[in-house]
Amino acid sequence: MTPLDVVEIYVFVLAAFVGYQVITRVPPLLHTPLMSATNAISGISLVGSLVAAGSNHGTLSALLGAIAVASATINVVGGFIITDRMLKMFRRADKIERPAAPRG
Amino acid sequence: MTEYIIQAAYLAASILFILGLKSLTRPDSARRGMQQAAVGMLLAIVGTLLHHEIVRYDWIIGGLVVGTVIGIPLGFMVPMTAMPQRIAISHMFGALAATLVGIVEYREAAGSIDTVRMGALGFEVLFGALTVTGSFMAFGKLQELVPGRPVTYPGQNAVNIALFVTTIGMLVYVVLHPLAAGVFYAMIGFAFLIGIFMVLPIGGADMPVVISLLNSYAGLASSATGFAIGNNVLIIAGALDGASGFLLSVLMSKAMNRSFGNVLFGAFGGSPAATVKTTEGLVVRPIGADDAALQLAYAKLVIVVPGYGMAVAQAQHQVRELATLIEKHGGEVKYAIHPVAGRMPGHMNVLLAEADVPYDRLYDMDEINDEFERADVGLVIGANDVVNPAARTDKGSPIYGMPILNVDKAHSIIVLKRSMNPGFAGIENELFYDPKTSMLFGDAKTSLTRLVAAVKNL
Repeated sequence: MTPLDVVEIYVFVLAAFVGYQVITRVPPLLHTPLMSATNAISGISLVGSLVAAGSNHGTLSALLGAIAVASATINVVGGFIITDRMLKMFRRADKIERPAAPRG
Repeated sequence: MTEYIIQAAYLAASILFILGLKSLTRPDSARRGMQQAAVGMLLAIVGTLLHHEIVRYDWIIGGLVVGTVIGIPLGFMVPMTAMPQRIAISHMFGALAATLVGIVEYREAAGSIDTVRMGALGFEVLFGALTVTGSFMAFGKLQELVPGRPVTYPGQNAVNIALFVTTIGMLVYVVLHPLAAGVFYAMIGFAFLIGIFMVLPIGGADMPVVISLLNSYAGLASSATGFAIGNNVLIIAGALDGASGFLLSVLMSKAMNRSFGNVLFGAFGGSPAATVKTTEGLVVRPIGADDAALQLAYAKLVIVVPGYGMAVAQAQHQVRELATLIEKHGGEVKYAIHPVAGRMPGHMNVLLAEADVPYDRLYDMDEINDEFERADVGLVIGANDVVNPAARTDKGSPIYGMPILNVDKAHSIIVLKRSMNPGFAGIENELFYDPKTSMLFGDAKTSLTRLVAAVKNL
């Protein structure tokens, strides 16, 4: 194993540790937005997909890469939009009564 | 120099992702935090485009355009009620990207790859492929394209275990002999099968665990991609995703008092014979909308217990309307949310928030369970297993030991239910036969509309 791989394992373990610590504090109230947020973030596989689609490796590799780019982009674009849409809905009582008041 | 710019972009993205997740610990800060995480994503993408290996942009642009065209409606147009399916299918897209990147990487590098990278690559396509089909099956079940009920057959666990062992064997072989392309692709095929067979025996009530688990797998596939191509931002984001999914699966399993293994290998409802006995000789008390409205209107504290039935009927707006009327009559309305109510973690919270229910009225099980004793009415809307007292008392029940909402401690209970059919788990619910319980039969939305009208007429 080259030293680089050891560093990568450090990075993985520390990131998982930080993730676990942070996410334990997310209240059940926001568990669905949490899922869609991590989904959007996992769209980071776009980074690998871009290299696969853009390298000069022949048509089949480029095609597979392009499909990967499309899939990851769906998660990035759709994921961040829907997370924002959901989080927008979570409001406290005092923030809701005001816009509702003119109706009644 | 370019390499430093790319790495700086990746580092900034990683920090923004972590801060974004941290912002989700408070509803007030969550939105801005996630917008910053989106900026982080943009930085990572722009940074990657500077990568020296990228020499042509036609395929990239094509992929980005197609992805954006599909992603925008998936983001803006999917209704909140379809969120479980939406989440399941997005796990599929994430895992598909990881799998395809793995295949491309294998095609280009198989001849020169070292054992460690090959191991990472193997894990990447293995986790990726089984998440692709597993998530698609979960999507199919939630969208009702395939039967939602557990599909079981004799020897199922033996078949699954054999499949799993074979696939692991192939992984080991491929790591030791990276040039065996046939084995590599066969392994991917087997992983696809594992995904299908894994989700096939899982019923709707267990979906929260499965969706969380698939979330975790999709994250691990991303991390493995990072190891395979030596990219830290992928490792970090994948680890965050994996940790989140893992944590949610643990929480969901705990909320059902079941282990992972039990969810994955023990399909629910195996022994219906044990549960029929309890209903003999018990009576159900039906109630009309007018009487129920009277009880609700003059109650000081009403605790609403929503379940999957509310989601199916899309009745969250009527729930909110009824709550507003009760509040006008001087009563207080709180909502008790069980961790596994619905089909994914936090399902009920999202639906109620959509209907403008303030989030400070939504209470977790631990916060509210002691308050049921003070409640004049416990209003159960399409929930079943999560309020079944058998979980406390009946050792023979499949849900024995599962923590439940103490609705049976309320002064009176009104249950909105379509009919007396047992719930998803196929278990009879003693609560419905409790002398304090009245049953208001019908579709949740229709019943609530009638209740709203009746309270208005008081």
